[in-house]
Amino acid sequence: MSTLAASPAQRAIRRGLVLTGIGLAALAGVYLLALQFTPIERFQGLPQKIFYVHVPAAWSALLAFSLVGIASALYLWLRDPRLDWFAESSAEAGLVFSVVMLTTGPLWGKPIWGTYWTWDARLTFTLLLFFLFLGYRALRGAMHEPGDRARYSAVVGIMGLVLVPFVHLTVYLFNTLHPKPIVLKPDSPSLPWEMLRTLLVSLGAFTVLLFGFVTARYGLARRSAEQGEEVGRGD
Amino acid sequence: MRETLRVALVVAEKDLRVELRSRTAFISAVTLAALILLVFNFARDAAVVSREALAPSVLWVTLAFVGVTVLNRSFAVERENGALDGLLLAPVSRSAVFLGKYAANLVFVLVVETLTVLLVVLFFGADLRGTLGAILATVFLASAGFVAVGTVFAAMTARTRFAELMLPLLLLPFLVPPVIAGVQVTTRLLAGRPVSEIAGWLRILGLYDIVFFTLGLLVFPSLMDE
Amino acid sequence: MPSSTPSEPALLEASDLERRFGAARALRGVSLTVRAGECHLVAGPNGAGKSTLLRLLAGLARPSAGTVLLEGRRLAGRPLRARQVAPPAEPALRRHIGLLSHQSQLYDDLTAGENLAFAARLHGLDHPEDRARSGLAAVGLAERADTPVRKLSRGMIQRVAFARAILHEPRLILLDEPFTGMDPVSSDAVRERLDALLRTGCALVLVTHDVLEAWELASHAHVMVRGEWMRSGPRGASMDGFLHEYREVVRA
Repeated sequence: MSTLAASPAQRAIRRGLVLTGIGLAALAGVYLLALQFTPIERFQGLPQKIFYVHVPAAWSALLAFSLVGIASALYLWLRDPRLDWFAESSAEAGLVFSVVMLTTGPLWGKPIWGTYWTWDARLTFTLLLFFLFLGYRALRGAMHEPGDRARYSAVVGIMGLVLVPFVHLTVYLFNTLHPKPIVLKPDSPSLPWEMLRTLLVSLGAFTVLLFGFVTARYGLARRSAEQGEEVGRGD
Repeated sequence: MRETLRVALVVAEKDLRVELRSRTAFISAVTLAALILLVFNFARDAAVVSREALAPSVLWVTLAFVGVTVLNRSFAVERENGALDGLLLAPVSRSAVFLGKYAANLVFVLVVETLTVLLVVLFFGADLRGTLGAILATVFLASAGFVAVGTVFAAMTARTRFAELMLPLLLLPFLVPPVIAGVQVTTRLLAGRPVSEIAGWLRILGLYDIVFFTLGLLVFPSLMDE
Repeated sequence: MPSSTPSEPALLEASDLERRFGAARALRGVSLTVRAGECHLVAGPNGAGKSTLLRLLAGLARPSAGTVLLEGRRLAGRPLRARQVAPPAEPALRRHIGLLSHQSQLYDDLTAGENLAFAARLHGLDHPEDRARSGLAAVGLAERADTPVRKLSRGMIQRVAFARAILHEPRLILLDEPFTGMDPVSSDAVRERLDALLRTGCALVLVTHDVLEAWELASHAHVMVRGEWMRSGPRGASMDGFLHEYREVVRA
């Protein structure tokens, strides 16, 4: 049985795809901006430009994780399945962005530092987020009953979010005791205006992209959950 | 409140009694600790790396894995004959069940950890300089929060078997802050550094404990729903 | 067979219970009213949803829709609107419920006596060891008090589990296949005990494949097929008649 009017799920998918489209266009713009209109960093040269993808990806991963945690907490309180779908979608998007960050890091590290991986604070932190996303996903994949799955993953989501500040703090302190090569030199306060501008635009593009992914994925999750219910009703 | 504590004590006492009767989890955890230490000993180049220098790291890595193993079993006994239902049918709050499980888990973990510390001292020749008490205290402080998280995650295994495989994957990220702090404190203690240097780390451990114990208490009831 | 006055408030009132597991529907539109002194027999093929129903009545599981009221108070029930937070079931209400499920709920490494004493302590009963001993004596297992559960035979385990379920003198006793795996002598002992409990005003909901075992006790008989009542109401006089009805609806 299908209705002519677009269901909330379909609207979400549509909206999500639109946002993703905008985000991708913005991303293309960022590439242009970064390559043509932003000066080359003195010490690191051309490879430094990965910075404009590397940092926003990390930011998106963290934002996604925060969304998972907040949606999880709200779900346990309100038990609204939409919050569960939202958390699931944010986790998948976050997984994608953390993978982007973890691959651009080594790509950047190799030409500049001669090594693929450094245990600097940001990389380490994102690696941990990656494992949390993975664990969240693995747990969900192994549970088939929607109610149990939603509750269990919500618990993991909340605990994960609360863990994040502790990891950030301890890893940061650990690194100040064992100084690493500073992977993100342009991170310093004296970032020239052109670089800052490109960075901010990129951050914006990634954020839009994140919300595009999450919205579209939410729509898909909602649709498959509702279709499952439809099938059940026909018993 | 008193009722909650009373029930928690009843549950904890039962867990300890069951474990004392069979001793399987305890023995396998201690054996695991010894085996891990054995492997660590051979996993270094003895000419380059001294035993003593490695001791703090080895200690905390071993504690992490052994701790996860102990916690993995904590709800297995409730799953075997559906005994969890018995707990949930009793006219007691879910929090009381959590407290009881947490207390029993904490006792097991602390006992196994103490033995691990002694094994590390034995195998890695760490010169304690009278710091054994302080090291044990640090280990205990680091465990309180982590056991809360482990109790919550282990509760997921009470109804579904698969979760036992997933427990280490989920739990290890939560060990990162306690292990980082623990190694820092242990290294300094063994080097005879002043307390002021470790106070900050101890505060982090304490905060971690309070936060995750409270959080565990709050989320546990939702796991017991069906 | 004890009778009860209809004007008394019902001990248990389940209305329009529904329980979904994802897309699958285990229970649909199930209602049940149980009064003191009644014994409700629930029969049905495997997978019909009978065990799920018991778990809902025990307050262990929440229904996807519908409510369960115990002595007029809400035991568990879905909120009325999606955004509403469901009130937690009052723990104290569970005092009135005893459940004997498929699994024994016992700890294999503890003795029968220790298991019952633990249950007594959980329920806050006075003199837990004494209660444990008398509970075991009532099912004819006094001499096994110090035997670890793993060493008991299946029938004995069932009896200990039964003793555990009724230890705190609940008014509503839910039983899932209580006679399975029991020899005739044990079954008789349990049946006698249930009869005595009915006389004191307890109510039973008894799920069973074996209608014969429970027929004498029953005041009401229901048949559940694929999560719905096919037959629900007071027990007729003839067991053969009921079995005939049963076969009809199950085959349909």
